[in-house]
Amino acid sequence: MEFLSHTWHWSISGFLIGLVMLLLIYFGKTFGMSSNLRSLCAMTGIGKKIPFFDWDWKGQRWNLVVVTGAMLGGFIAVHFLHDATNVNLNPKTVEQLNEMGIDNPNGKLVPDALFNDYSPKSIIILIFGGILIGFGSRYAGGCTSGHAISGLSNLQLPSLKAVIGFFIGGLIMAHFLLPLIF
Amino acid sequence: MKLVKFFLVGILFGIVLTKTEAVSWYRIYEMFHFQSFHMYGIIGTAIATGLIGIQYIKRKKVKDVDGNPIEILDKEDGNMRYWLGGTLFGLGWGLVGSCPGPIFILLGAGIYNVAFVLLGAVFGTFLYGLFKDKLPH
Repeated sequence: MEFLSHTWHWSISGFLIGLVMLLLIYFGKTFGMSSNLRSLCAMTGIGKKIPFFDWDWKGQRWNLVVVTGAMLGGFIAVHFLHDATNVNLNPKTVEQLNEMGIDNPNGKLVPDALFNDYSPKSIIILIFGGILIGFGSRYAGGCTSGHAISGLSNLQLPSLKAVIGFFIGGLIMAHFLLPLIF
Repeated sequence: MKLVKFFLVGILFGIVLTKTEAVSWYRIYEMFHFQSFHMYGIIGTAIATGLIGIQYIKRKKVKDVDGNPIEILDKEDGNMRYWLGGTLFGLGWGLVGSCPGPIFILLGAGIYNVAFVLLGAVFGTFLYGLFKDKLPH
């Protein structure tokens, strides 16, 4: 069972993610996770005041079912398929993070310095990062799944622009802003 | 139940992203520092798989599961929304290390503080809806 419990090779997981997208197309839908955030807003009935949320979210229920399944998938992976011995990041990455005071992964998916301390600073960072993600993905009309995977594999120029934008933002954050924040 | 197949696809998606560490804050940091091929390999392989599949669907005029023709819509033209929206998204992605799919997956994986990210993301979506007509697209 080692092949299941260790970190999956990029070629296998990349193929399976492509397959997930194709399956959703075959089911007559599209692969895009950030639309669920719009559904969560529309569900509150705010569409009466803000036309953008006057949206048939019930017609998007299938997508909420996909993310609910994804949550269960995350649960299964951590509880039944997990072997924390081989998260092998580049040693240079780990060293760099140590210098910023960010803990080693040691099998964890997220650093305690950000996700396991309830300091106001961490909570503000998490909420602020979320706002950027929510606002940015809706403004750009999609996120990693909608643009990077669905859009690029359908050779969409707008998606290429968005993905280049994702990297401009990510590079600025990782290289210039993170060291200032931590 | 027509929705069961979506639930199963979701489970597969959640397991794959967790097991390949695409939901890992560390992997995203490593990716933006070009210190590993891992994330690029995942995204590249997913796109290559999708590209071949979509070409096959288009050329063979494959019908969907209900027998309807499959129509894959083109993205709208635009500039500002993609460059600016994309960059804002990237800033958030680089900061908290999770995009919308992984936010939900991490919650299921027991990283409860990601709920703050989800809260922010829903609020960010709300802000976009509020200011949509004032933004250049």
